[in-house]
Amino acid sequence: MISIDLIQSTAEVLMDKAAIEIPDDYLTGLKDAASTEDGDLSSFVLQAMLDNYKAAKEDRRAMCGDTGCPRWYVKMGNDATVEGGPVALESALRQATANATNGVPLRPNRVHPLWRTDHDNNVGIGAPEIEYGFEPAVAGEDKADWIDLITVHKGGLFGTDYRMLFPSDGIEGIKRFYLDSLVAFGKRGLACQPAIIGIGLGGSKDTCMVLGKRAACLRTVGNMNSDPRIAELEAEFKELGNSIGMGAMGFVGKNMVIDCNIEVGYCHTGGMQMSVHAFCLSSRRAVARLYADGRVEYRTDPDWFTPYQRRETVLWEPMLEAAE
Amino acid sequence: MKPRQIRLSTTPTDEALAELRLGDIVYLDGLMYTAREGVYMRALEDKANIPMELPSQSAANFHCSPAAAIKSDGSFDLGAVTATASFRFAKWLPEWMAKTGAKLIVGKGGMTSKDYKKFFVPNGAIYLSTVGYGTGALLGRGVEKVEAVHWNEELGLAQAMWVLKCNNMGPFIVASDLTGNCLFERENAKIAANLDRVYEGTRPATLKRYGETDDRSDELI
Repeated sequence: MISIDLIQSTAEVLMDKAAIEIPDDYLTGLKDAASTEDGDLSSFVLQAMLDNYKAAKEDRRAMCGDTGCPRWYVKMGNDATVEGGPVALESALRQATANATNGVPLRPNRVHPLWRTDHDNNVGIGAPEIEYGFEPAVAGEDKADWIDLITVHKGGLFGTDYRMLFPSDGIEGIKRFYLDSLVAFGKRGLACQPAIIGIGLGGSKDTCMVLGKRAACLRTVGNMNSDPRIAELEAEFKELGNSIGMGAMGFVGKNMVIDCNIEVGYCHTGGMQMSVHAFCLSSRRAVARLYADGRVEYRTDPDWFTPYQRRETVLWEPMLEAAE
Repeated sequence: MKPRQIRLSTTPTDEALAELRLGDIVYLDGLMYTAREGVYMRALEDKANIPMELPSQSAANFHCSPAAAIKSDGSFDLGAVTATASFRFAKWLPEWMAKTGAKLIVGKGGMTSKDYKKFFVPNGAIYLSTVGYGTGALLGRGVEKVEAVHWNEELGLAQAMWVLKCNNMGPFIVASDLTGNCLFERENAKIAANLDRVYEGTRPATLKRYGETDDRSDELI
């Protein structure tokens, strides 16, 4: 059983890490971008961002003043149990969010949509979001008696859009909406680019948005989709985005897209839902795996999209094989 | 060519402002206050008295709410500072400028050249943009201290009027000049020349979106 105190204390560390420490994969991507950028102004911006990541770590202060909307992804191993059950788990994550908001400090961004009530702690109705996934034990693993806590503090207002496309729109239609989204939110740098761009294809409207957001927030720079044809599209779309001629803050430049990640879900036979999400220059994510024996392992790769998460079959294949 | 770097007072002279060119990098010294929708509504619509002497104490209005907390002893813990998008405050700014004499509007993304010509130029004001919109730690370092937080009870931490003492705080980019030219529009125009080529081989969506124009006879197909 995983201790509830360990969950809360680890969650507080994760809030701090996410807000302050830029993940290495994104930092490497941004350094590569800075080395190729030749626009005067966009080069200056990228260099200032690199200085900023350093300052944030040195001072242990948040890298961006808009510390986004903290949210949680919880992935539970199939054999994991949590002290106090799921209700205790959710309370611990809400408490950690409130404590870290005052402790780091973060900006208390979350307010009631109509009454603008602000509890000054980023907690309220539906906030922080807590989403779940489950994972079987992998080959060589005796029991999956762990949980992964992942926090993402994604920015709020710009860079995301949804559109219902149809099979007849094809790849050309997907490219069009992709470019429309990049150019629309890229002007004046509203999307805080260059960013990791996530694209959701298929599902239904809500799952399409979820897929695109997870593609942006839960995959790392350099990671490719396990379907080689989708991986090819990812590479093509990255290049397409970087050929617009627009860079950081919407200034003339070469770098809009640090990486492009695409996730798909089966959809209605008549449709082809599409969503586009831009993570920002402060790609805030932090991950920890907590074990029943009290071990905690920190990392920055959520490793969310495992073969199990992308399964297409009725039953999970390794179980199927075992049954045979 | 590297951009020019300039230090500027938050109560700048007209001559200092006239020196600034689009794309110059600016570092600020002096008091700067945050004001966004909460402060504008309270001061302009509810007619509350503004709790500062403006513009003598500060002519710099920051579209910002910091990542900060007020500790139990009343002191402030201020971490990172970045701006929020300014375009949505255009409806309050003409009256705000007239009332406060603000000369520096500091925020994210700038405004349109139409806005600059309509109410920035007559007030002798310019727009400064934060850089990358993410240099929160660098800007936080430039805050020597928090002088005061006004209207926190009424508006909450994120909307309150924070008064920041700036010491070489930056970088900011000059995004408009005294004649109302707009840096972002200049850059957009340069990029637009390339867009047709990038869009080649794409196709517009089969299903249109209703309501994107004011023509109510529009259909989706």
